[in-house]
Amino acid sequence: MSVRSKVIEAIQQIAKEQQVTLPALSDDLSLQETGFDSLAFAILVARLEDETGVDPFTISEDAAFPATVGDFVRAYENVPA
Amino acid sequence: MSPPEIFALRNHLGTELTGRTLSDAHDVVSLTDILSQTVLGGRLRELSGRAVLLKLSDQLRSGVAMIELDGIARRMLLCPPDLNPAHLDALIADAGIDAVVTDEPDRWAATGVSLVVIAQLPLQPADPAETERATEWLMLTSGTSGVPKVVGHTLEALTGAIVAEGPAKGPAPVWATFYDIRRYGGLQIFLRAILSGGSMVLSDPHEALPDHVARLIARGVSHISGTPSHWRKLLMSGSAAQFKPGYVRLSGEIADQAVLDGLKAAFPNSSIGHAYASTEAGVGFAVNDGLEGFPANYLGNRNGVEMKVVDGSLRIRSTRTAHAYIGRDAAALTDSEGFVDSGDIVELRGDRYYFVGRRGGIINIGGLKVHPEEIEAAINRHPDVLMSRAKSRRSPITGGIVVADVILADGTDQARAKEIRDQILDQCRAQLASHKVPAVIRFVEALDVTPAGKLARTDA
Repeated sequence: MSVRSKVIEAIQQIAKEQQVTLPALSDDLSLQETGFDSLAFAILVARLEDETGVDPFTISEDAAFPATVGDFVRAYENVPA
Repeated sequence: MSPPEIFALRNHLGTELTGRTLSDAHDVVSLTDILSQTVLGGRLRELSGRAVLLKLSDQLRSGVAMIELDGIARRMLLCPPDLNPAHLDALIADAGIDAVVTDEPDRWAATGVSLVVIAQLPLQPADPAETERATEWLMLTSGTSGVPKVVGHTLEALTGAIVAEGPAKGPAPVWATFYDIRRYGGLQIFLRAILSGGSMVLSDPHEALPDHVARLIARGVSHISGTPSHWRKLLMSGSAAQFKPGYVRLSGEIADQAVLDGLKAAFPNSSIGHAYASTEAGVGFAVNDGLEGFPANYLGNRNGVEMKVVDGSLRIRSTRTAHAYIGRDAAALTDSEGFVDSGDIVELRGDRYYFVGRRGGIINIGGLKVHPEEIEAAINRHPDVLMSRAKSRRSPITGGIVVADVILADGTDQARAKEIRDQILDQCRAQLASHKVPAVIRFVEALDVTPAGKLARTDA
């Protein structure tokens, strides 16, 4: 499974658990518009760390938190293996 | 001639009740004849009026030595088996120790302790001793890092709850505990066995659980006590099938509804009770209605135990609490009104108080305080869960999140893991505030339990 589909699947799973109705997940969608609160993002980052072994937001000190879904996915894709 | 008002352990023993024993995995000693025998090689006289450190490698000799020393020594300090040897010097100084009872005399040859007495089996014949004084019992607190605190008790305070309950009905009980009798929870059971005219079966840290249970059955154990973690371990092992104790007791940790129900299912004909006690606060109360928590009307003055809740924490005043922390820099044990602050946080729901956790065990989730025990209780309600541990994990988004390690019941189909995880999360969401719901649930084979029988929380 690609990194992208892992990320999207995790977002959908958490949306289901948190009873958040997601809009269509395009790369341009701002993270704010997903309806996720900070707790939902914290859960997402923790689960993706368990699944992929990386937490791109802790590795790099100056990494700005992404603004869009596309930025978020790329943060995981761009981590050197 | 002993002063009539002082009762020592020896005054609860005598030849009128036959067949009483104290046993471990290797030896059996007769409690009926114990007053005319010695584990101290007949050197009890030398320990009269001394401050004695009891440092033995087994519980059996420790128990016999306690019986001999009580009423003779000025004070005795009980060392649990997991005591860090590096802390011994500080404890010896704090307690003013001037004698040691040991089975490893070589270790003490080069120390400043002037009197070293060897405890040995088999017991040897000796003249019965007379009670001389009320010995001060010193115990160590558990669960703290650094040098443990020394807590001072009297036998009267230690046995207050046992005496208040009155003599046991029916045949003399055979007590057992998963605890070590050199800790408060285990000592309570040892004292119950002595005062009730019964017998006691000691635990052995090196014995496999099925062997231990076989020994409990063979010795006819009727009353048994342990922490919820001890009991979950027994329920997990599947070795409890032939064991039919009359009374099952839990203490030392929060007894949640899941473990109470699990024990009721495993021991349908037993009375099951959970007791609230701590090394400092003594025995507070026992709850025997099969439900977690305790009735709100236990607050106030009840059977000589006064309880109140201050800032969410249970405070207790009674004659059963310890009387002081011992040592030069010892903090006050009670508040100005004589109440011991237990540090156990309770919450009133309806007409019952529920334990939610330890004040010192709070984890911080995005600035909100969370008791891991409260989350574990919610997880443990799932029928396929045997045991769980919640802890915080650092998060770059919120600072911290809750994660939980969960042990599933034996024989749970691994294919159902995802389904069970979703059910646990649903259940937690229904019962807990959203920040307390675990972000991640991991299924594990085992969880660490401390030597005191409590779920290890060191990395929480």
